[in-house]
Amino acid sequence: MSNNDASRLLDAASRIILGKEHELRLALACLVGGGHLLIEDIPGVGKTTLAHVLARLTGLQLQRIQFTSDLLPADILGVSVFDRSTASFTFHPGPVFSQMILADEINRATPKTQSALLEAMEERQVTADSQTLALPEPFFVIATQNPAHQIGTFPLPESQLDRFLMRIQLGYPAAEAERALLRGEDRRSMLARQPPVIGPAQLLELQRAAREVSVGDALVDYVHALLTATRRDGEFSAGLSPRAGLALLAAARAWALIGGRDHVLPEDVQAVFPHVAGHRLHVAADGRPAAPATLTRLLRSVGLD
Amino acid sequence: MLDAVAARLPRGRPAASVLPPALDRDQGLWLLGAAALTLLPHLAWLPLWTSALCGALLAWRALLLIEQRHPPWSLLVLALGVAAAAGVRYSFGHFFGKDPGIALLAILLCLKLLETDSARDIRAGVFLCFFLQLAVFLGDQSLPVAALALCATLVSVTALNALADRTADNRERLRVSALLLAHALPFMLVIFVLFPRLPGPLWGLPADAYSGLTGLSETMSPGSISNLGESGAIAFRAEFDGTPPPPAQRYWRGPVLTAFDGRTWRAGRALESSSPFYSPSGPRLDYRLTLEPHNRRWLLALDFPAAGLQGVLHASDYQALSSQPIRTRSRFQLAAQPHTAVGIDERRQALAAALALPAGYNPRTVALGAELATGAVSDEAVLQRALARLRSAGLVYTLRPPALGRHTVDAFLFDTRRGFCEHFSAAFTVLMRAAGVPARVVTGYQGGEINPIDGTMVVRQSDAHAWTEVWLTGRGWVRVDPTALAAPGRIESGIAAALPEGEVRPLMMRAGLDWLRTVRHRWEAASNAWNQWVIGYNSSIQRDLLGRLGLDRTDWVTLGGAIGVAFALLLGALLLWAGRQQRRGDRLSRSWALFGKRLAHKGLARESWEGPLDYGERVAAALPEQADALREIARTYARLRYGPEADVAAAHRLHHKIRKLRLP
Repeated sequence: MSNNDASRLLDAASRIILGKEHELRLALACLVGGGHLLIEDIPGVGKTTLAHVLARLTGLQLQRIQFTSDLLPADILGVSVFDRSTASFTFHPGPVFSQMILADEINRATPKTQSALLEAMEERQVTADSQTLALPEPFFVIATQNPAHQIGTFPLPESQLDRFLMRIQLGYPAAEAERALLRGEDRRSMLARQPPVIGPAQLLELQRAAREVSVGDALVDYVHALLTATRRDGEFSAGLSPRAGLALLAAARAWALIGGRDHVLPEDVQAVFPHVAGHRLHVAADGRPAAPATLTRLLRSVGLD
Repeated sequence: MLDAVAARLPRGRPAASVLPPALDRDQGLWLLGAAALTLLPHLAWLPLWTSALCGALLAWRALLLIEQRHPPWSLLVLALGVAAAAGVRYSFGHFFGKDPGIALLAILLCLKLLETDSARDIRAGVFLCFFLQLAVFLGDQSLPVAALALCATLVSVTALNALADRTADNRERLRVSALLLAHALPFMLVIFVLFPRLPGPLWGLPADAYSGLTGLSETMSPGSISNLGESGAIAFRAEFDGTPPPPAQRYWRGPVLTAFDGRTWRAGRALESSSPFYSPSGPRLDYRLTLEPHNRRWLLALDFPAAGLQGVLHASDYQALSSQPIRTRSRFQLAAQPHTAVGIDERRQALAAALALPAGYNPRTVALGAELATGAVSDEAVLQRALARLRSAGLVYTLRPPALGRHTVDAFLFDTRRGFCEHFSAAFTVLMRAAGVPARVVTGYQGGEINPIDGTMVVRQSDAHAWTEVWLTGRGWVRVDPTALAAPGRIESGIAAALPEGEVRPLMMRAGLDWLRTVRHRWEAASNAWNQWVIGYNSSIQRDLLGRLGLDRTDWVTLGGAIGVAFALLLGALLLWAGRQQRRGDRLSRSWALFGKRLAHKGLARESWEGPLDYGERVAAALPEQADALREIARTYARLRYGPEADVAAAHRLHHKIRKLRLP
């Protein structure tokens, strides 16, 4: 049962990351939905730990890339080096050739470097020296980003943000969970002892099952009404694109699968909507991403019959 | 090359495969049902062989349909049609006129169904059904016939519906048809109110068409009224403006019979005038009388009609008459002044006629009369003696009197002593005449029952009665009811109470059938309302009504315009409604809306954006006692609404569950 896999993954993850069940579920939905995840928060709330937990539990190999202002595209993708023995260039794959990538503080790198990674994410392949190399399957990128107003950052452009299926924030843990965290043992060592719950093959199976979750006409109508509402709403510079609509459905399917259903309900769409639409909608007045309150207002403006 | 082009062009005729291949079972059964229901009210008048043929043809078609066999050869159908036409010609003698026409159409409908196998045939069959439903009303416009015709229309529309949509289930088809007819209702009302009415009946019918109607006749002989006593048919209805008179005053005057030939009583000559032959006095009772057609001129007014009544002629025997025989159900605005003294200065001629006795009949009664007269100081004293004599004679009131011989009055008074009201009144009249007191028989109706449902007084054929009037010097004609001597209850509470213990009563008069009487009361109240408001809506009422609505002219152009305007308004309203309906959605959505509405009464209205499971959880938390049921409903709805497969039965169960949901 794929649903079982999902809930076991979730259980194991919540034992390590305390009090963040909803965020873990969203992250898992993003992974099962076959998209990439953007985590936006201040340092120290467990972004990196989350990536480690997901990688460990799913048995994926994790590569961490720390983005800095002097990071170059080649540092990510890999370089061709002249091999004297063969008198030809050989490609040395970069860290991007990995099943899971943690792109830490992605907004510290220059736009050129950022776009190198983002293009690889979208294409799921890397082209270097007229040679095209496929990225491994599954391929999952977790990028973290400090809040944009911090000094020395290059905010991701709107078009690039679209490459992430979801954007979540972790936030401070709840009081009880934080006390348990402070009292408890080191998360990293806990993680080291945690065996994988599923393997990459089962994860692919989960992703396939998510794509098969059914979407009825009534739900398509609802999603369409939501998309239309974002376009008619005067507050945004542009409404959600059709691609965003597909992303919304993919995320809702994964969310429904984790919830143990074979069809998508409006609740699934509503649960993922703020995280799918938040980074795709920008307030016309100041260009900032839509605030959670605005997204809630949008959701409540679209009725169900 | 040209062929290739031609192949791409649309064909002039649709390909055969476009039409449904054959009549499917549901469609066929709906169509047969429509035909059967349509023909049902026609059975009352169609010749027996026609009804039997139609029934057999429909049954045959049903059998073919159920066994999925092919219809018979068209040659056979043609032969049957020709034979049936010959039969109609033979039964009716001609082909012209509505009756043979409708009979022929009924048979042709059944034959058409026999060969029906395509959508076009079904439509033709349904339209024929519609026409026959209309044709029923040419003969009979009563409430049950209208109800049957309505059912037939509903089923016919459903047959069309089944043709249009092969996938829907029958329940849904019926629902849609009912909805369609409901849409038609306002249009029907507009046409009913505004369509120009012809004064008088639409069909000129020969006068003898009414000869079969029941009621009083101009003559009376033993047994003629007791036959009516068995009939529960309504003679007329009366609605009183004030309190109805007490039962003892409910004497509705019909023919006054003066001439007696020894066996039969006949009406005497009476003069007619537009004003009464007496001066009405005393308290006045106003009432409206609705007469069932009886093909006679008498109005059966309550004694004694007041002066100045519209459309009423007064006879010198105090009957109220209409100028024409009553051939359709008619209403009269009447008034009675029961305490009027009449005939104090009666014509000598009339008094002489009221003393005549045929020679050689009833010698014993004549002798008794003479005996009573001897030594009496006045006619009044004779009357009292005669009454006392009859009271002690041991006479029995019965619906089934024994046969009498040549001397009918003698036989009744001295031998059999069992009789109905006509025996009592005839015997008493003969006795009074023999004693030299002018007397005559008055027939009519006595009594009447107030229908508790609508408060109208209903007088039936079984209330037919005969009594006596005697002429006393200084007092004029005085009513004496000899039946009351033997059966006082007949006057106070009707026949049923007056009949002796052990006699078989007519069905409706039996004790223990109160429920049946209640049903009859309701039914008659409904029929009365139908008659007054639907059938009775004629050109003058239409003019009054339209006048009150501000339409003074009632010519075709004005009414046509009014119908057009009303239709436009109705169409607009319907379109608006339809637009809203679309937003309200399908059955499942309506069930869900009902769920929300019911919970809204508990302050738990669903937010428009709230998903089903979220809402279910919220209301379950608020109503812990029903939590399981509420969650179950929400979950089922979510599955049916958003799940991969449609499940009509489950949707139906869900609707039921929501309706039956008990909320604190």
